[in-house]
Amino acid sequence: MSTQSDVATVATELRAYAPTVDLTVSPLSSRKERTRPLTGRAVGNPRTEPGPVRFIIIALAVTFLSVFVVLPLVVVFAQAFSKGIGAYIAALTEPEALAAIRLTLLVAAISVTLNLVFGVIAAWAIAKFEFTGKTFLITLIDLPFSVSPVISGLVFVLLFGAQGYWGPWLQAHDIHVLFAVPGIALATIFVTFPFVARALIPLMQEQGTQEEEAAISLGASGLQTFFRVTLPNIKWGLLYGVLLCNARAMGEFGAVSVVSGHIRGETNTMPLLVEILYNEYQFVASFAIASLLAMLALITLVVKTVLERRLDEGQEPSDH
Amino acid sequence: MTIEVKNIVKKFGSFAALDNVDLKVAQGELLALLGPSGSGKTTLLRIIAGLDWPDAGEVSIDGENALARGASERHVGFVFQHYALFRHMTVFENVAFGLRVQPRAIRKDEATIRARVKELLDLVQLDWLSGRYPSQLSGGQRQRIALARALAIEPRILLLDEPFGALDAKVRKELRQWLRSLHSEIHVTSIFVTHDQEEALEVANRVVVMDKGRIEQIGTPGEVYDDPATAFVHGFIGESIVLPVDVSGGSVRLAGQRLNIAANGAASGASKLFVRRHDMQIGPAGSGSFEGAVRHVRSFGPIQRAEVALSGGEGKTIIEIDAPRDRELQAGEIVSLQPRRYRIFAAQD
Repeated sequence: MSTQSDVATVATELRAYAPTVDLTVSPLSSRKERTRPLTGRAVGNPRTEPGPVRFIIIALAVTFLSVFVVLPLVVVFAQAFSKGIGAYIAALTEPEALAAIRLTLLVAAISVTLNLVFGVIAAWAIAKFEFTGKTFLITLIDLPFSVSPVISGLVFVLLFGAQGYWGPWLQAHDIHVLFAVPGIALATIFVTFPFVARALIPLMQEQGTQEEEAAISLGASGLQTFFRVTLPNIKWGLLYGVLLCNARAMGEFGAVSVVSGHIRGETNTMPLLVEILYNEYQFVASFAIASLLAMLALITLVVKTVLERRLDEGQEPSDH
Repeated sequence: MTIEVKNIVKKFGSFAALDNVDLKVAQGELLALLGPSGSGKTTLLRIIAGLDWPDAGEVSIDGENALARGASERHVGFVFQHYALFRHMTVFENVAFGLRVQPRAIRKDEATIRARVKELLDLVQLDWLSGRYPSQLSGGQRQRIALARALAIEPRILLLDEPFGALDAKVRKELRQWLRSLHSEIHVTSIFVTHDQEEALEVANRVVVMDKGRIEQIGTPGEVYDDPATAFVHGFIGESIVLPVDVSGGSVRLAGQRLNIAANGAASGASKLFVRRHDMQIGPAGSGSFEGAVRHVRSFGPIQRAEVALSGGEGKTIIEIDAPRDRELQAGEIVSLQPRRYRIFAAQD
């Protein structure tokens, strides 16, 4: 009976709070605020710090970023090209370097594909269904984030190594896991497992199950519902997860280092080769490969920004 | 198509959402499930649709056991409170969805699907929006598209879960009338859930009033309003004055004073007297069951609403009555009140 008037009261209350809410706008947007004629108080804007304070804070941030992010990146490229572009290209076309690039791409392809499948399944189960042990499963998915990568690698040594649980059996059947591609792929999958699932769970939870229910009530089968409704709704989030997963898979050092065995031209991935070359004082070659990884990082950043924008657009507030 | 629900029980943990519910819906009916939130009405609707499963009981649609089939095989149109339109599809594709996912053997060709979607968009008068995306529509438009989408599969029954709950008051009123006329046009057996009594009374042929997982009353809008079966129904539908009374041997007392009304067969003991606001007849002092001082009068439209402090007892009982404007009341005036129609229910209810 009084619901309507209640709603009206809430609305006016919200409006009354609106200015307070406005005050919490982050300083980033304050520049825009000041140019807005409505605010009017351009000079004594209480939301903006005085000029000198602003300058010092910004200068501190810029200096920090330069020293810790920009400078190292510049050094990588400077070192890579220190003997000219010829030496750079020669270093990258070494058979060992090519083998490392090939191996890295292969391992990334395997682990990203598998994690894509596992991640979507796990996120789907967690976001769309209620079951006991759900919290435990979420914790389990996060485990690789909280465990040191070296430990992750060691786990596989314990399982598949010559002295490990399944080592003797594997040796008897002449199956090579450790110090071979399967081991490296397994370690990488373990370390990168959370990325896809983590990107999807909040997105899928926010979207709820209503669209799926609508699809099912319209006669769609489970698979049709997934491919026609669920998947299109999560595609940007999925790409985002895959991108981060890929970046980590290509850059992983610790876990891979433990299981790889460092066999030259066979089980060295790019990050491992960077270290080996560096230890052998081949700085140009080492930094040339490092520059490839750095470029991967830069490309990842750009694509990530684009995807984040897409994700925000996809979540335009619908007026429920 | 008829729907029959028998002895449905559904528990969420220890909370009984539905407690032995029986319901029969006749062919072509437009039935409202009305109740406060938590009364189990949405759960019942979802069970009929196959989106939830009962712990016990039977559901049959057109004499056929519905529980043996999943939601996708029941051929039931479902309209959600928050529309649940597919956000990445155009309006056209949303409506076409149910036709496109049919098994290949019975799926229509593209031209037939297009013609059918066009026909449905004409029916909801929104064919000019077919290329838009749901986020570009207003709430009322979205809900009409959701309805067209549900109708595309030619459902045996149509279920609507608070279909107008997310809309503003004016749009809600328009859509109500529109739904009623649409129903008389296509005549598909329909159930809609609402917590808005006005909506239920205005749109439905029959109203099912629910509370705490049980059905309190089933009847036409006139029956549930004029002849409420329980204290809950009387209090929930329409505005009521409720007074605590004692019934003993045919006489009714309020705070010890005998009232000039008959007990109408109500059992002895602590009871509640229910009177509609407009069923309190105002007379000169000394002529009725209650005496009271008018505290406050507001006049609007055809009625005046008066706050009256009843004398007797501690004099703290204040009731609101609606009176016609043939005699203007004044604040401070002492009036006598006599219920024209009333009901007495045992106090435990």
